[in-house]
Amino acid sequence: MRECEYSQISTRSSTPMETPYKKRTPKKRKWETFPGRNKFYCDGRIMMAKQTGVFYLTLVLILVTCGLFFTFDCPYLALHLTPVIPVIGGVLFLFVLGTLLRTSFSDPGVLPRATPDEAADLERQIDVANGSTGYRPPPRTKEVVINGQTVKLKYCFTCKIFRPPRASHCSLCDNCVERFDHHCPWVGNCVGRRNYRFFYMFILSLSFLTIFIFAFVITHIILRSHRNGFLTALKDSPARYPFTAQPWLVVCFFSVWSIVGLSGFHTYLISSNQTTNEDIKGSWSSKRGKDNYNPYSYGNIFTNCCAALCGPLPPSLIDRRGFIESDAPQLAPPANGITMYGATQSQQSHMVSLYTVS
Amino acid sequence: QAEFHNLQELRHSPSLVTKVFIQRDYSEGTVCRFQTKFPSELDNRIERTLLEETVKTLNSYYAEAEKIGGQSYLEGCLACATAYIIFLCMETRYEKVLRKISSYIQEQNEKIYAPRGLLLTDPIERGMRVLEISVFEDRGSGGSSPSSTMSSGSSAR
Repeated sequence: MRECEYSQISTRSSTPMETPYKKRTPKKRKWETFPGRNKFYCDGRIMMAKQTGVFYLTLVLILVTCGLFFTFDCPYLALHLTPVIPVIGGVLFLFVLGTLLRTSFSDPGVLPRATPDEAADLERQIDVANGSTGYRPPPRTKEVVINGQTVKLKYCFTCKIFRPPRASHCSLCDNCVERFDHHCPWVGNCVGRRNYRFFYMFILSLSFLTIFIFAFVITHIILRSHRNGFLTALKDSPARYPFTAQPWLVVCFFSVWSIVGLSGFHTYLISSNQTTNEDIKGSWSSKRGKDNYNPYSYGNIFTNCCAALCGPLPPSLIDRRGFIESDAPQLAPPANGITMYGATQSQQSHMVSLYTVS
Repeated sequence: QAEFHNLQELRHSPSLVTKVFIQRDYSEGTVCRFQTKFPSELDNRIERTLLEETVKTLNSYYAEAEKIGGQSYLEGCLACATAYIIFLCMETRYEKVLRKISSYIQEQNEKIYAPRGLLLTDPIERGMRVLEISVFEDRGSGGSSPSSTMSSGSSAR
């Protein structure tokens, strides 16, 4: 974590007259005044979406399923087959849990909102470009050519920035997210640039875990049935092992296929370097036009996969644990009609220190 | 006595005139890159080549941070194998480059920009959206910028 601190030259707090007037407010961290609809825990270390109910459901489902498997099936299988089975199951379970928590708790790649100065500057540039004088301005877009393909950059009215390519504004979290894939309620967070690989690892390992559990539960029933016959074993098991009841197996079967299907879908997305958002909108599909292609793809599947999964992990841009610098905007006397901005205390002191250096 | 301190501050500390923003250049995709187009507001404050050089160097640093290649794959695979716990003790390559960038910007500010009454703000403090250049009032008559002292010297003759 970078700690950027300007050396503040305090010229005020030394005088005894000043202190009764200056209130000492405790320093706040940036996450406490974060404008998006997010929840923060552990003093800003954990960041999630506002609605987290479904995430807890996911956690409970995984814990209960694995708990039942380890309690009722593993002892029998370890004894009659090999103790490696619970070990592999345990490793898979820990990996699933780890990737789930990492996906849910990390910053997906939220773009911080523009400062008032930046927003004003952009507005001025747009007004100049449009030549608007009081009329309602047209939807603000910028066109840029990436790799030979024309991409439209939209202006975000909430965040007051032109969204970078592949970024999108999540209406649930009220944030612009870089390389926005989708908002996943199961994970309780957006899936974007910074946590996509964890999300993919999560669904992939969950697929393996569910197939693993499903296969070995069936194995358990089959092994037991050697004594009594398969159907009697299936009937008897629920009484002693509630996990093997028929409705449960049906539910498991369908959930396995939906998770495996989702993994397959995301494998396709990764290999073609697309986001769910782009795929749903058909941004790069050939149906839109003969020359329409994905400008972000590296051309071959291997590079696309490596880039998505093993590429460099960018740091969080929102600095949620940083302290809010006390801005005391000072109005400088106007001169020659040039708009004077109030410089922040830190900038002024920084400037003073640089001037004395030079 | 409090007021006296305020006046002293105003007299000696430079007042902010305006802020110039260099926006991102997305022509090469989502990689971090800033436009090398010279903003017209800085025409008589700094030489074009100096600012272009700074922006080009910054762009090369960002390209280095986001480069996908042998080293980044190694780091990614190692991190995945250790369930990303390794990042609790080790710094990512991106973070290392960001530290290099912030020391480069500080050095540029001290050597080039502050003597001309300008101040660069590290893009990471602005969410990598812009390269913010704060323009302070020109104290050229005070003799802080070499170009103005030369001009005042030549006009005296």
